[in-house]
Amino acid sequence: MRIRQSIACAIAALAAALAPAAHAQLGGWEPTKTVEFIVPAGTGGGADQMARLIDAIIKKNNLMKQPMVVVNKGGGAGAEGFLDIKNAKGDPHKIIITLSNLFTTPLATGVPFNWKDLTPVAMLALDQFILWVPADTPYKTAKEYIDAVKAAGPGKFKMGGTGSKQEDEIITVALEKQTGTKFTYIPYKGGGEVATQLVGKHVDSTVNNPIEAVSQWRAGQLRPLCVFDDQRLVYRGKVTETMAWSDIPTCKEAGVDIDYLMLRGIFMAPGVTEAQRNYYVALLKKVRETPEWKDFMEKGAFNQTALIGDDYRAWLQKEEQRHYQLMKEAGFLAPGK
Amino acid sequence: MEEHHRHDRAAVSNRTMELVVAAIVFAFGAVVVYDSARLGAEWADDGPQAGYFPFYIGLLTCLAAVIVFAKAAFDARGRKAFVGVGQLAMVLKLFVPTVVFVALIQVVGLYFASTLFIAFFMIWLGKYAWIKAVPVAVAVNLSLFLLFEVWFKVPLPKGPIEAAFGLH
Amino acid sequence: MEEINSLLHGFAVALTPFNLMLMLVGVVLGVLIGVLPGLGGANGVAILLPLTFTMPPTSAIIMLSCIYWGALFGGAITSILFNIPGEPWSVATTFDGYPLAQKGRAGHALTAAFTSSFIGALIAVVVITFLSPVVARFALKFGPPEYFAVYFLTFAAFVGMSKGQAWKTIASMMIGFALAAVGLDSVTGQLRLTFGFTELLQGFDFLIAVIGLFGIGEILLTLEEGLAFKGANARLNVKAVMETWRELPRYWLTSLRSSAVGCFMGIVPGGATPASFMAYGVAKRFSKDGERFGTGQVEGVVAPETAAHAAGTSALLPMLTLGVPGSPTAAVLLGGLLIWGLQPGPMLFVEQKDFVWGLIASMYLGNIAGLVVVLTTVPLFAAILRIPFSIIAPVILVVCAIGAYTVHTSMFDVWLMLVFGVVGYVFKKLDYPLAPLVLALVLGDRAESSFRQALLGSQGDLAIFFSNALVGGIMTLGILLLVWPLVSAGLTRLRKAA
Repeated sequence: MRIRQSIACAIAALAAALAPAAHAQLGGWEPTKTVEFIVPAGTGGGADQMARLIDAIIKKNNLMKQPMVVVNKGGGAGAEGFLDIKNAKGDPHKIIITLSNLFTTPLATGVPFNWKDLTPVAMLALDQFILWVPADTPYKTAKEYIDAVKAAGPGKFKMGGTGSKQEDEIITVALEKQTGTKFTYIPYKGGGEVATQLVGKHVDSTVNNPIEAVSQWRAGQLRPLCVFDDQRLVYRGKVTETMAWSDIPTCKEAGVDIDYLMLRGIFMAPGVTEAQRNYYVALLKKVRETPEWKDFMEKGAFNQTALIGDDYRAWLQKEEQRHYQLMKEAGFLAPGK
Repeated sequence: MEEHHRHDRAAVSNRTMELVVAAIVFAFGAVVVYDSARLGAEWADDGPQAGYFPFYIGLLTCLAAVIVFAKAAFDARGRKAFVGVGQLAMVLKLFVPTVVFVALIQVVGLYFASTLFIAFFMIWLGKYAWIKAVPVAVAVNLSLFLLFEVWFKVPLPKGPIEAAFGLH
Repeated sequence: MEEINSLLHGFAVALTPFNLMLMLVGVVLGVLIGVLPGLGGANGVAILLPLTFTMPPTSAIIMLSCIYWGALFGGAITSILFNIPGEPWSVATTFDGYPLAQKGRAGHALTAAFTSSFIGALIAVVVITFLSPVVARFALKFGPPEYFAVYFLTFAAFVGMSKGQAWKTIASMMIGFALAAVGLDSVTGQLRLTFGFTELLQGFDFLIAVIGLFGIGEILLTLEEGLAFKGANARLNVKAVMETWRELPRYWLTSLRSSAVGCFMGIVPGGATPASFMAYGVAKRFSKDGERFGTGQVEGVVAPETAAHAAGTSALLPMLTLGVPGSPTAAVLLGGLLIWGLQPGPMLFVEQKDFVWGLIASMYLGNIAGLVVVLTTVPLFAAILRIPFSIIAPVILVVCAIGAYTVHTSMFDVWLMLVFGVVGYVFKKLDYPLAPLVLALVLGDRAESSFRQALLGSQGDLAIFFSNALVGGIMTLGILLLVWPLVSAGLTRLRKAA
């Protein structure tokens, strides 16, 4: 009896939640069924967190009549998700969030897809990279740390990162080239795991995204040395008792001229109509205007550059070239690329 | 169980099956060895390469297959039946419709295919009347639809029939 | 004691009628999710998420974590009734649970599974309540060599326990390892064994293999004997529950051992699935009735279920204190925390006391609610066995197909499941043991990548696996377990000779 009641309860509650909410019509086209939001990575990572947040914001503010589901397709360094949307030609009920594997996976594995196979919708933000060390190590600046790495000799210091031949390893190689050092790069499965391994001192440093390590920073377990960008972060609110994001120097100030930002953007399947694309552009614009989004941006110290249309395409074009160059220099290209 | 099988003529002997399976396992191992060698199966300075473990796993698979093959080839007891004709017929009665069902999913979508499958099975093997089988099949699929599609928002393969209802 | 006060405060937070109702909703949904292989915790959380925005975060997490408890309970049901694990951690439950059901003791097996799950969870919650700071520090000690040692230990605990021919066991295990290697190699980023097929990029999923090998394979085997499930005439009443309860105290040592294994594996985090295998292996090795495991021993259900639930529960601890999810469902809960503006990690225990202790209190209450719910459903679920075979068999096959499809939303996986079904049928008839294959498939990938990560760190020096007391200790324990059958055989011979 009790079970039946609680099932009834659940059903009633669900029905209430799923009832379509009244909202303004957004241009000419609207989804007519559940929208699949693909994450080309596993659960718990940066892209997954952002996708789930967007999903939650849309639901909370009733921005879309049809429901949305977040689906993780992280197999083959994201190739699973990208191939899925590439093959869904003309399907307006699928969108995908990207990370750098949009560029790196086809280059490193030779799996046949390219951003030009998809329909670019909007860039939501850019994710930063920061050089982190455990808080109880003596290195206060990036320079001190790099000097220590140099003094120890090649391969003695361990750099932890997410995945192999992806953004973390690309930055590590760029860092090595700039400073003439040599790290031992250890690939892990996800950003959260990397930060924890650094706290446990199983590696000496990482290049975690801010959102992945902020909690350990606030707990006094990790220390940021420099941010891989040509200008400092803009967030001035105190994160720890003494420091704000904006207090972290750029790596350039420390004499290491590397800037690397990771795309957090949305794409659709190829062959969708202009009206369909515009629907999602408008939807994402609304998402970015919510306080929840702004709060998330600040917590994760994101670069809030947002592009659409031709600007977005131009940016993608440039970034693809850059990744090709970076990966070629690092020797990460698949045979025949 | 032995007693039970005796009056059923053997469709294939245990020994034949042992040999065939061992050969397939060997081929599987060989494929693994081949691709691992391509990747590099050395122990490099910083530990094993990508193909190192799979290479030896493949080799061991092949070795195990050879030994199982040899044992089966010389095993006098291998004459007993792997599966009787009657048994095999029973198994195929389920398996063949299942294969058809999976193929149908791709054509008409999961819900319609499984309605057909359940109804067919009940009528053909269960000897149920139409009047009983069809409502059961429809009810099962209606609850699956509600459960997966409506409540849990898990999209399952759909075909022209759902499209006609505007559910695609 | 400070913890007691905090916990009592937590109970005060959690024990409102509204929260109790949410617990029931969560548990029932969770059981449903656990029963159906096509649904996972992620689906459950996703569907309830919109509801939680209007609630205080504590209520929301209570409901969402109860889905998690429910799923842990529910996974055992189909394992026992049909040999189809609803969730990965209930694979080991099939080993004795399904034979019990075939003997007509499905009710006993279900009761034993649910009760052990509850006990495992309870012990884990007590550990979390009183030892969380210590435990969190302990978890930080685990780097790649330690992870490898844990996988090695799991493997050592389980291996050698399958009867049958040694070379067939090896073949079966190697096939599992080979299948685990398919896909992208996480250490070098190279594609292995994919031969250009994009369907193989994501590798072979454990759940698809298990649904095929165990579920479909078993249905095919059953058919040889005619159109019926064995054990359909099971006794399904309150007596079965009482009888099982009278029997369970006999296995207190197994329960305790399995809880320890589970807590350890959850905290590390090695996960609930390896924990259940390890506990089963250990129980078989040290139990008086060890030899009869696999033929339908209640103890063989107690061990994996206790461990899986203890691991599942204690896996929430690393999530809360480190921000690293110990299981996929924990990962989705982690997403939930972020949406309510809570940042998991070391500061959560300091800054969000109400939330953390409310959650811990709800672990106690949610598991009690879970036990009550699932025990009342024992007769219901066992009654499924009475449904005529020609109705239930196609329904099971449909549900299996859905389960395989949803893993990667791919039809390829459904075909793969059928192939695994045939393999399971043939292997079982030829005495190739399936358990080593499945274990290798679960652990192979992870064991290999931690092994290679460790060697990258040590620049190829194997001594890394004995470089400190922790990793050396676990490795030694593993080696001891591996050679234990030889040692004990040797001892017996010596004793006989003397």
